[in-house]
Amino acid sequence: MEAIVATAIGILTACGIFLMLRARTFPVVLGLTLLSYAVNLFLFASGRLMLDAPPLIRAGARYTDPLPQALVLTAIVIGFGMTAYLLMVALRAMAETGDDHVDGREKS
Amino acid sequence: MNAHTAIFPILIPLIAALLQLASRDLGLSIQRGIGLSAALLGILSAVWLLQLADGGSILVYALGDWAAPVGIVLVVDRLAAGMALLTALLAGASLLYASGGFDKRGRHFHPLFQLQIMGIQGAFLTGDLFNLFVFFEVMLLASYTLLAHGGGLARSRASLSYVVLNLAGSALFLIALGLLYGTLGTLNLADVALRLQTAEHDIALARLAGALLIAVFALKAALLPLSFWLPHTYAAAGAPVAALFVIMTKVGIVAILRVQAIAFAPSPTMADLLTDWLTPLALMTVLFAALGALVATRLRYFAAWLVLASAGTLLITPAHAQADITAAALYYLVQSTFIGAAFFLLAELIAERRGEVADAIQSGPSFQSPWLAMGFFIAAITAAGLPPFSGFLGKLMLLASLRETAAGAAIWIVLLTAGFLIIVALSRTGSRLFWQHNPQTQALVTPATPWQSVLAVLLLIAAGPLLAIFARPVADYAARAATQLHAPGAYVNGVLGTSGHLIVREARP
Repeated sequence: MEAIVATAIGILTACGIFLMLRARTFPVVLGLTLLSYAVNLFLFASGRLMLDAPPLIRAGARYTDPLPQALVLTAIVIGFGMTAYLLMVALRAMAETGDDHVDGREKS
Repeated sequence: MNAHTAIFPILIPLIAALLQLASRDLGLSIQRGIGLSAALLGILSAVWLLQLADGGSILVYALGDWAAPVGIVLVVDRLAAGMALLTALLAGASLLYASGGFDKRGRHFHPLFQLQIMGIQGAFLTGDLFNLFVFFEVMLLASYTLLAHGGGLARSRASLSYVVLNLAGSALFLIALGLLYGTLGTLNLADVALRLQTAEHDIALARLAGALLIAVFALKAALLPLSFWLPHTYAAAGAPVAALFVIMTKVGIVAILRVQAIAFAPSPTMADLLTDWLTPLALMTVLFAALGALVATRLRYFAAWLVLASAGTLLITPAHAQADITAAALYYLVQSTFIGAAFFLLAELIAERRGEVADAIQSGPSFQSPWLAMGFFIAAITAAGLPPFSGFLGKLMLLASLRETAAGAAIWIVLLTAGFLIIVALSRTGSRLFWQHNPQTQALVTPATPWQSVLAVLLLIAAGPLLAIFARPVADYAARAATQLHAPGAYVNGVLGTSGHLIVREARP
């Protein structure tokens, strides 16, 4: 399972960074979204991966670390809000410059 | 009551922002009234906090009443209290300036401004790294919208790159926190410090996490390879917004100082994490900024380059982790913040008087404003580090404290060269703006500058002479703050309690 999760995080990060380096705003937004997915999974895995274990501490029972889940929840909410705002900024920049290039203009 | 003082600098702007949102239909004067009273209350509470912290003990405020390291705590030492007061003073002046009419140029200026103050104060006061991330995001989200306040093409462009860059920075911050939590099992700074001193963790991963954390702070502080965003972003922002943004680079610098002094320096495996690379990069930042100031074509860009130069100068210091160097850096930080902010406000006031030439550094219409010329002169002398004002004292203290270090000679050469370049740039700028008149250009009818804006600029510029006159108490406080910062045992004990604070934690797979 560790290998699958690690591979997934790696692929998401690679795609995210590739898209972030594009010159148009929409791929950049998608890239940042992918990167935040990767980061959320990574954060989640920092509490170690456990199957069939509740996030509750009881005597003798196996449990999964609840803190990373709380951290991920916070990170998801913040990341979602930021992405929504980024979309608004990108739309506004396109409306004002008439171009969806990240610099607001093509290099001539 | 004293026990709750630590939360006041965060709560006051939050409550003010909520009140302003609730009363947004009642007119601008109500909004201004709430904002300015909140700023005043913020200053008073920060002074009170400073009094408490200067007693020498570490104030720990457990949010939700869960003790550290399980719960999130605010930790107030002399450094945090001093930064809270600096933020409150700067925010008060910027808000006063904005009340002169800037707040009319867009919607929701006042609540956003208060939320930005809340984020900055939280970032200075928190003792938990994940909480630091949350306050960074509060600060950044408010700054995204404040940057776009007033509208216009330049601001739209600057907004986009600023938002994208900081979102990537936030992702990096989360990766660093995940690594740190996965390695050490805690995100409380004091607990992190304690665990880094034992060798029961993966040293390579912990170092990687630490390096990533410093990289994120360096992005906020605008260390050279990560500083290209700063000039055009700060130049695009409206004057009072840019003035408040000056403290945001300082958030990154103080975060580096604090993490280095409390967590890294006492640890046998992390102590050398910043040596060898931070100081050279900081020196390159200073030179880069000085060259930028030399080629700046507009006064607002010029001010942004000056902010970058002072950030670079400050970033020379954390790697040394010595109390006397940090003390000098803290004094320099205070005065450079006020003067950097003053320059942005001056740039707008000068631009208003020069018609279509605005703040371009070239000859323009003649305008008669002796107080503005005098203000620019004092601010320029302070920024250039010439006697008799605080810029000179700050630079002198830094140079004197850095003389004995290994790279002392290089630091002296770079700082003095950069200082010379900035003096050249400042004198060129001043003479073009005030002395060289071009009769071809026509000044618009000079608008009456509102008294709020004039007062705010004068207060900020007065910081130059005042910090020189009261240099002794300020430098003494900085020295006490630095000594406290570099004796992290008290910080760790204060947060975690003195009795065997390592909570026994079962081995993790």
